[in-house]
Amino acid sequence: MGDLGWIFISTLLINNFVLAYFLGLCPFLGVSGKLETSFRLGLATIFVMVITALCAWILNTYILIYAPYLRLISFIVVIASVVQLIEMAIKKLSPALFRALGIFLPLITTNCAILGLAIFATNKGYGLWQGLVYALGAGCGFTLAIVLMAGLREEVEMSNVPTMVKGIAFNLIVSGILSMAFMGFAGLFSAG
Amino acid sequence: MAKSEKQAYDEFIKGVWRENPVFVQVLGMCPMLAVTNSAINGVAMGMATFFVLMGSSFLVSLLKNLIPKQVRISCFIIIIATFVTVVDYVLLATLPGIHKELGAFIPLIVANCLILGRQEAFASRNTIRMALADALGMAAGFLFALVALGGIREILGEGKLFGISLFGDNFEPWVIMILPPGGFITLGLMLLFFNWLEEKKKKLDAQVAATEGSDL
Repeated sequence: MGDLGWIFISTLLINNFVLAYFLGLCPFLGVSGKLETSFRLGLATIFVMVITALCAWILNTYILIYAPYLRLISFIVVIASVVQLIEMAIKKLSPALFRALGIFLPLITTNCAILGLAIFATNKGYGLWQGLVYALGAGCGFTLAIVLMAGLREEVEMSNVPTMVKGIAFNLIVSGILSMAFMGFAGLFSAG
Repeated sequence: MAKSEKQAYDEFIKGVWRENPVFVQVLGMCPMLAVTNSAINGVAMGMATFFVLMGSSFLVSLLKNLIPKQVRISCFIIIIATFVTVVDYVLLATLPGIHKELGAFIPLIVANCLILGRQEAFASRNTIRMALADALGMAAGFLFALVALGGIREILGEGKLFGISLFGDNFEPWVIMILPPGGFITLGLMLLFFNWLEEKKKKLDAQVAATEGSDL
């Protein structure tokens, strides 16, 4: 169990997908304007990541041992279609949940964080449970990063920033500072 | 012939400078930041993207009349994924060191929105010749941005450029620059610089327009 806990904490904080691996930057920079929206995007991402980990594990164990060169193509196609199917199912079964997550689901599927998760989990040779915990950690890490960023950006709205700096350049510099803060977590386990 | 020559050249220059994918359009950030801790990695990533972009632009432009409109995005992605798989295996076979450095970021070229964006916005509606000129320009612009960012980070973070020591023993490396925060901050500052150039150009244009107006 200690192993699973370690995977979760390390992907959540130390190897945060956004701030240490630069994955999922497009939604991180694009959708982090409002706190509430970014929180919902984060939840949808956790959901898609867990499904991705499951799909990747099934593909790796049963199919791709016969044809490893199809890995990339099959990951993309399978993940996109499974998410689409689940989206339809949610729409039918729980309209409230669909309203909360719905619009984000198709957007997230081709996000590099999702594909990156599948590839990293494969490269690390994770089993089913390890993969699922890894996905959960990565999703929570993404949510944490995007919510923090949205909070910072809402604060910045109130203050007087020179027009030239406003926009993407400013967001990148803020992310840099946030990323520096997260680097502090790197010492979390090495001492023990 | 001369006219189409000029037009193709125009598409090329557009990608390198005026509509530079990174500094102006802000596309393809993930691979951009992740691999640019040294100039040589920037070159490798730029070349890989170059090959994928040229290949898929050519194929998409060739097949544009055969691909049904409704499923075009899926078709583009599969074409791109095929070329990325080719690059992945070629690099593994010929340059295993570089392949190890770039790691999972080679397969992630698929998710680079720059490539899909060019297929959707340009290659699927233009002739093969124009599509190739456009892909060449965009890829060159991307390569330029990668090498510039990688070079700055390597010089400040390690005191080297392409692995050659620049400053001698007294240089204290600024380690943060080759770590993730350095990537964010350097790119932020570079965008700032481009904004500043743009602002300056606008002012200059306004000034020129005003003086011309007074002459009349």
